[in-house]
Amino acid sequence: MRIAGHRLSLAAQIGLLVVVANILAALLAPWIAPYTQTQQVGGVWLAPGEGGFLLGTDQLGRDMLSRMLYGARTSIGIALTCTILSFTLGSVLGFLAAVVGGWLDQILSRIVDTLMAIPVLILALLVLSALGASIPVLIGVIAILDSTRVFRLSRAVGMDIAVMEYVEAARLRGEGLWWIIRREILPNALPPLIAEFGLRFCFAFLLISSLSFLGLGVQPPFADWGGMVRDNAQAMEFGIVAPLIPAAAIGILTIGVNLVVDWMLGLQGRTMEDSR
Amino acid sequence: MLFSLVAKRLALGLLTLWLVSLLIFAITEILPGDVATAILGQSATPETVAAIRRQLGLDEPAWWRYLQWLGGALQGDFGVSLANQREVAPQIAGRLQNTLFLASVAAVVAVPLAVGLGLLAAIRQNSLLDRGISISTLAAISVPEFFIAYVLIFFLAVQAGWFPSMARFDPRMGFFEQLYVIALPAATLVLVVLAHMMRMTRATVLNVMAQPFVEMAELKGVPKWRIVVFHALPNALAPIINVVALNLAYLVVGVIVVEVVFVYPGLGQFMVDAVARRDIPTVQACGLIFGAVYVGLNMLADLGAILANPRLRHPR
Repeated sequence: MRIAGHRLSLAAQIGLLVVVANILAALLAPWIAPYTQTQQVGGVWLAPGEGGFLLGTDQLGRDMLSRMLYGARTSIGIALTCTILSFTLGSVLGFLAAVVGGWLDQILSRIVDTLMAIPVLILALLVLSALGASIPVLIGVIAILDSTRVFRLSRAVGMDIAVMEYVEAARLRGEGLWWIIRREILPNALPPLIAEFGLRFCFAFLLISSLSFLGLGVQPPFADWGGMVRDNAQAMEFGIVAPLIPAAAIGILTIGVNLVVDWMLGLQGRTMEDSR
Repeated sequence: MLFSLVAKRLALGLLTLWLVSLLIFAITEILPGDVATAILGQSATPETVAAIRRQLGLDEPAWWRYLQWLGGALQGDFGVSLANQREVAPQIAGRLQNTLFLASVAAVVAVPLAVGLGLLAAIRQNSLLDRGISISTLAAISVPEFFIAYVLIFFLAVQAGWFPSMARFDPRMGFFEQLYVIALPAATLVLVVLAHMMRMTRATVLNVMAQPFVEMAELKGVPKWRIVVFHALPNALAPIINVVALNLAYLVVGVIVVEVVFVYPGLGQFMVDAVARRDIPTVQACGLIFGAVYVGLNMLADLGAILANPRLRHPR
């Protein structure tokens, strides 16, 4: 299999398959899920396969498979929204800082430095303690905090491109700032940004899952993978695998995305360690 | 020269710390969510809200409250918890100690292991061992901390019954009993940091191995182990110190989730509880401590690099 003329490695093919399967599950959840996410359909914590429930049931006797499918919708949907927002914000400001430079660059860079001085999870906890946990707050917080990384990358890439002759030529032609960013900088900055999109998605997805796991993310009764791990955590004591199912699903999706990203970075002669 | 460089980095660290304190205060006090309404919940009437606001000093200007808060924090006074009306500082002290114990045990195991394995992977680049390490560490950095934790619980605590699944930690226990109780949370942290640290060590050493002086040594017939130990390692030392300190800073994040999984009585779990109860003074205190540790370790990373690499002492 090939993408844009490059042969996919075996690892990247597996990764792509995982990503596509997850997206399909999220999109098709209402049509393929046997039950709704809140319906109580059987005994508590039935083992996978027992009573005809493919993945068993959860702590309230709800079908695990249905909740996993709806959970994919919630978790992936929120993470994707965060990533798109953080990319729009981060790359626009990053390119702007690179092209305009001067005081604008100074101010934006110092704000980003301060936000990056402490871990995102700590900042997110601080904001949630002030505003309370709700989905719009979660999306806003993660998008803004995550955009700092996008800003750093777009600024660095934009700086390299802004000194090229063709940008100088566009400037001398009298093209406006937006035209230069849109038509000259963006197309040339795209390859590293696309790989970064995968990394940032993983980051947002893991963060939202961790917050839900801590009880500070998506609130019940809505299914969300991190929250499902938390809800079923007590089953562990009895040797029941219920909490491992959503936890493994989170891991499989992020590994899948990372395999594709790793391949993309390899094409650009970079490694994941460079972009941390 | 060296002294002024170190002093400059220390000053930058202090400045960062001050900005962080400003950020923490701004997020928790100036964002529209109102503490008074949060405490009262449903029973909030305009009169009770006004009374609580007066009691908490919220009717005073923000900059004055910030100075009072910062001044108190510098003297170890973090105010009174909104949840139980007790002083925050004494409640935090013991938990901070527990968290530091857990994190240091994890660090003592993880650092030598990570540097050793990272070096090994770099020396045997593209061997089966290197590929195995590469894939397994990619998997380990991709999955959430709680997944690793529950897998360990499932196999080592529930199935095998070797370790307790909950860290019922008590400072009065003997040292070895303490180690036994925190075996699984510490192992989880080790696995999380190990993967990051190993990958970065490997990348760093490979970077050095690609330098012309290594090729020169190879060409004049120096044995491989001598190249790695005497030519590459001294040059890789600065970035490795950097990597180690950065990953120790990463423990700050890992420890929060891991403490919740294992119900470990540490600062991370305390902070999460405080956030859920919207106990702002406690959250501020925990945030400031975690932030300070993180900023401090990042500063140590830079200082270590300056001391280990003479070239960094002479900026262009």
